[in-house]
Amino acid sequence: MSAGTRKIDVIVTDVVPVNELVKRFHFQRTDGQLLPTFSGGAHVVVEMRDDDRTRLNPYSLMSSPLDTRDYTISVRRDDTGRGGSLFMHQRVNPGMRMVISSPVNLFSLDLRARKHLMIAGGIGITPFMAQTSQLAGDAGNFELHYTCRTETLATYADVLKGRYGRRIHLYRDDQGERLPLEQLLASQPLGTHLYICGPAGMIEWVRRTAAEAGWPDDTVHFEHFAAPQPGKPFDVTLAISGKQIRVSEQQSLLEAIEAAGIDPPYLCRGGVCGQCETKVISYDGNFLHNDHWLSEEEHQSGRKIMPCVSRFEGKSLVLER
Amino acid sequence: MTAKTILSRPVYGTLSPQPGRNHLFVADAEGAAAILDMAKATPEGFFADAHIMFVPDDTGTNYVEAVKSLQPARFYQGPTIAAALPRLRQTLATAHMGLRIYLAGSEGLIGQAMQAAMEAGFDPSSIQTEHRGSLARRVQCVHCKGITENVTTQPVTCSHCGLLLLVRDHYSRRLAAFQGVCINAEDPTESPQAEEIFR
Amino acid sequence: MGINFRKETFRDDFSFRNSPEQIRRFPFPFHEDSYMYAVNIEPHTPGPKNTVFEHLIDVDEHYISEMEDRALVLAEDPLRCQSLPHMTLAGWDLLELLMTQKAESYPEHFSLTRDGDNWHWINRPLGIDDRFTFGDVSTLPYGPMAYITRQSQGDFCVLDQRDGNLWMDAGIVTTQADWSLDFDIGMNFFEWHAPVPLAHDMGIFNRALKFLTNIQQGQPARRFNWTMTINPRLDTSPENYHKWGVDRTTVTPENVGQKVHLRVELQTFWRLPRSNALVFPIRCYLIKMDELVTSPKWARRFHRVLRDLPNELAEYKGLTRYRQTVVEWLSQYDDGAPTSSGFGPD
Ligand code: FES
Repeated sequence: MSAGTRKIDVIVTDVVPVNELVKRFHFQRTDGQLLPTFSGGAHVVVEMRDDDRTRLNPYSLMSSPLDTRDYTISVRRDDTGRGGSLFMHQRVNPGMRMVISSPVNLFSLDLRARKHLMIAGGIGITPFMAQTSQLAGDAGNFELHYTCRTETLATYADVLKGRYGRRIHLYRDDQGERLPLEQLLASQPLGTHLYICGPAGMIEWVRRTAAEAGWPDDTVHFEHFAAPQPGKPFDVTLAISGKQIRVSEQQSLLEAIEAAGIDPPYLCRGGVCGQCETKVISYDGNFLHNDHWLSEEEHQSGRKIMPCVSRFEGKSLVLER
Repeated sequence: MTAKTILSRPVYGTLSPQPGRNHLFVADAEGAAAILDMAKATPEGFFADAHIMFVPDDTGTNYVEAVKSLQPARFYQGPTIAAALPRLRQTLATAHMGLRIYLAGSEGLIGQAMQAAMEAGFDPSSIQTEHRGSLARRVQCVHCKGITENVTTQPVTCSHCGLLLLVRDHYSRRLAAFQGVCINAEDPTESPQAEEIFR
Repeated sequence: MGINFRKETFRDDFSFRNSPEQIRRFPFPFHEDSYMYAVNIEPHTPGPKNTVFEHLIDVDEHYISEMEDRALVLAEDPLRCQSLPHMTLAGWDLLELLMTQKAESYPEHFSLTRDGDNWHWINRPLGIDDRFTFGDVSTLPYGPMAYITRQSQGDFCVLDQRDGNLWMDAGIVTTQADWSLDFDIGMNFFEWHAPVPLAHDMGIFNRALKFLTNIQQGQPARRFNWTMTINPRLDTSPENYHKWGVDRTTVTPENVGQKVHLRVELQTFWRLPRSNALVFPIRCYLIKMDELVTSPKWARRFHRVLRDLPNELAEYKGLTRYRQTVVEWLSQYDDGAPTSSGFGPD
């Protein structure tokens, strides 16, 4: 038996433009029931049916875990990606029916922490919206440091400041404001846990700085879903099901496998959970690994691939699927 | 060296310098030698940010001068582990992230100092440990919950309730103790000879 | 039609026994004539009527008496119920899970009314009628985990999930097969399983952990474990081993049928929504040898399993002193005929 996600039928109840790049989407269950309770940091996978193809993208839940009448997510428009965010921005309207997965949490709070120190960059703010609601409801000790390009792109900074006042610190690039990371990391009481969500470069910078400052690995939590990248089309043989498939330019390998009627397990579709790990039987060519799950050696070995985010270039690829 | 028997039995490593802003060492008896060995490989000025707490016990007095000569920012010498623990707890309560902890010496010392560190919010996996010296165990009697210190024999009589205990390798970090279970519960007339095996 | 709750004891005069209907629904754990230690996890979905899987949380005729026994154990030894400070939220999750399941499955016995955070819980068999505020510890007589598990059969381990491992950070354990919550609390998956022989060699614990950490909300899983107990004693704790250990020497060919019990644990695994913790209820079912042999298939099969069990496992399960006596007694019910596959009685 493999773990997997369950599906929920929802209706889009509201679409709210938040700023020039971000829209917020509200979902309720079509049967009018409450949605499943979740924990701060959880995501859902949203199915986007775009004519003949289906994309599935993960988005962090940002509504309060204490209120499950609706779920909300925020989507930043990405004009160069594979089109998932454009679909959400251009095609999704109130009243539309959609399918989402049950929530899955791969970025949960460590409730042992004496204090939660959160660092967000840009749209990476969304899981913290839910986590701060959860902690505030339980008198939790937290502090949020939020970096953004401009005041207008400081998505939800006003909401957070209104709710939590001085616990929210904002740094605007265009004002020359910089997150004083080293100082911040040096002044935290023992038992503090650090959470980071934002662009890859920021995550790496904070993790490195924290490691150098003596923060043990178990106190540093980060969420970075890789987005599947578009790339050259390639052909794959699926040995178990005996199928030949072609992965198109805008498709992920996982989506192509699903389009062939096979239902492999997944949780995150962002290269972090490990669920979709697939054995390579033989290959002639190069892997374009893009996940955060397999080790460097495993990437080198040519024996495994994470089809949710990784691609292939070359003559032939045979997978155990 | 302590042999790995079952997975709850702690394994100890060799102290090595970690990145960090401050360094707290807690050692007893031969544990001092582990600090001195590690000092051979530490970067210049490492001990300028260090605090060393040392309980020489019977066998560690020779090391005191050598440890002091590392010139740590603070040095404390205590008569027993029990006497040093309140000071350790206070040090941890006021510490900041960036502190690294190094424990060396007997299992009893490592276990109890780790217990204090865990209570202060430290995860055991981030603590450096090195076992030196005595293999004597702290044993919790699973029946009366009393802890018997410095157990060197198998079986051992619980110093609280008097039951004859089999000392298992099953170890609790939270209690900093091995588990002791009545050895003759099924037949109280059996009374196996105690052998000195944890030394 | 409700459950016919029995009045009985699991200590002193040991008046516990199973009704004929209860024997038919006993979760016999062997699907073939031999037993190997294996993890064998499967989805925990509702099963056929008149089985212990009919409802995801099973309540049976022993409910009231088991809860009375639990109260006695806790009064004697409060360390059997502990929760590390970060586990309170998981306790509320567990309370919600057990109340909603019970109220849904057994509306004639339990009811739950929710108005936002104001909850009203009625447990008719135990005569409880409480109003409280969900999330507010001060509105319940005990912590949320203790409150609801004093009303639920089976032991409960509540596991925190972090760093790719599971940590036994809370639980209530009064019917255990010889392990100590007070000692094991705070341990990770490998540590608390450390005393299990054979398991690590087979690498199965790694796979089991991987499976468990991926369990998702709304998709519980289950597995069985088993051992044997002399006298229908629920509290076979190591804490009291010096009191019950001698029972193991009292088995004679004459008393096997009444004294010796097969003890089956139904372990289920559930993701908890708010805390992202995992709860691991361990439900214990006891059956006397006299009751077991009322099914000829079970009698034959259990004889074969017990006879062929590797010594190391027999030792770990504490069967060594009386195994031979029980095997000989069971052999009178084993004519060597083949048994049909599957669990159920024929
Ligand atoms: S689905 Fe999570 S790693 Fe691919």
